[in-house]
Amino acid sequence: MATATGSGGMHVGRLLVQVGSILACIAFWQVASTLRLNLGIVTFRNVPPPTEVLQSLIVLLQSPKLLAHLGSSLGRVFAGYGVAALLGILLGFAIGRSRAASDVLLPPLELLRPIPAVAWIPLSILMFPSSELSMIFITFIGALFPIVLNTIHGVANVDRRLVASARSLGGSRAAILWEIVLPGAAPSIVTGLAIGMGTSWFCLVTAEMISGQFGIGYYTWESYTLQNYADIIVGMLVIGLFGMGSSWLLTTLGHVLMPWRSPMVAR
Amino acid sequence: MKAPRVNGHGVGLGRIAIEDASISLGHGDDASEAVAGLDISVAPGEFVCILGPSGCGKSTLLGALAGHVANSGGSLTVDGQAITGPSPDRGIVFQQHTLFPWKKVRENVCFGPKMRGIGKVVRRQLADELLALVGLSGFEEFYPSQLSGGMQQRVEIARVLINQPRVLLMDEPFSALDAQTRSMMHELLLDIWTERPTTLIFVTHDIEEALFLADRVIVMSRRPGRIVEDLRVPFSRPRPADIVTEIEFARLKRRLLLLLRPDQQSTTLHEYQSEHALAPN
Repeated sequence: MATATGSGGMHVGRLLVQVGSILACIAFWQVASTLRLNLGIVTFRNVPPPTEVLQSLIVLLQSPKLLAHLGSSLGRVFAGYGVAALLGILLGFAIGRSRAASDVLLPPLELLRPIPAVAWIPLSILMFPSSELSMIFITFIGALFPIVLNTIHGVANVDRRLVASARSLGGSRAAILWEIVLPGAAPSIVTGLAIGMGTSWFCLVTAEMISGQFGIGYYTWESYTLQNYADIIVGMLVIGLFGMGSSWLLTTLGHVLMPWRSPMVAR
Repeated sequence: MKAPRVNGHGVGLGRIAIEDASISLGHGDDASEAVAGLDISVAPGEFVCILGPSGCGKSTLLGALAGHVANSGGSLTVDGQAITGPSPDRGIVFQQHTLFPWKKVRENVCFGPKMRGIGKVVRRQLADELLALVGLSGFEEFYPSQLSGGMQQRVEIARVLINQPRVLLMDEPFSALDAQTRSMMHELLLDIWTERPTTLIFVTHDIEEALFLADRVIVMSRRPGRIVEDLRVPFSRPRPADIVTEIEFARLKRRLLLLLRPDQQSTTLHEYQSEHALAPN
């Protein structure tokens, strides 16, 4: 009882410190921007204070522009990331399970892998008929490699004794792929999907800044060119929020698809 | 007790014939003989323990009987049929951690019938029967990670027995358990084997375990594994747990201990690894 309240009290205490830390950062931001603090190498002269950002955020939330921007960003991510997830898992399975497929598919992938997705932007603008497609392509490229590599890793590292057991229990090749290799590789695949989601957002925002017409990255960059400095930070916050939301979505997906990793019943 | 038996499901018990069998592991220059020129015949329904030091090729031999490792010479047959690959007719239980972690206990046990295309209702009923047999009723909805090591091995046994194998192969199935759980598992295994008889090949390096369980103890030498002793265990069944304190038990134990006394050559890491390796899938 004493320990419970003791640790409970400690828990509340730590929470207070953590929240206080965030509040202190915001307070510093407010003070630095209103005082137009200049530290020599970095200046807060053009940084709008949090109160102003909050006002801009409220304005954006009420304007129909928000839905248009978010809609086009989400549409691109879903398209590019969706194709990358599907293709990445298929490629990863083929490469991880078959030596022939690995010999054919892996060398070109390994050659392309070191090129950062954003380096593809100019070429993709040239290659695709619309800037929409080129942006989708960038999010696709960004997500593809982490998904492929983590799937290969997961498929190749499925415990061989589990496969041996399944074969001894009468499992066919197809059944082993579905019943053993897929769930065995699932944790690694979900890790790849989560990393891919992060890079996908990163690439999308960059691509939108360069060639977009709508989208949250475009909104952020447009605010800069129009000198709506508060809107820049609003854009940044929205991007961060959606990045957080999508990674939460994947963690939840992981828990739903792999209940054995966090069983609810006590031992 | 020694007469060939047929179990309640009308499935015959396997007669195993190993004739001049050699098994090599690895390829090319790395290849080494795990067992050489082995001759063993096992009568239907017999309980045979294969005893040997680690690295003697006993697990490899079991892998070959399961059909996971191919023999390089001689022949391995069950009821006259050559072993060409894994089959639910020859169930194998490993040391630990080979339950499917993503399947609940019941679904693990159901795996064999599911592969044979048996409907959900029937296979679940079969699984629950087997789980009752191994004393795990009430744990059907648990994940393997929620069970103790001994309970996990009981699920393993149920999962293999649901296929009504003609041969049950066990590869040091209890060696990861604590002493008390292990001796409980010995009695449980004998009970199960009495109720659902199969031909049983049990690999171990534990002399007492072998003497307590088996009809016959076959002792293998260091690599390449050869038979150095084929001992018929004289104790009648059912065997009380305190049989291990009898004089005759101690005498046989001493005899096997001398046979197993390690000679100077020690097992290299390489030998250990290939001993525990499985064929590529």
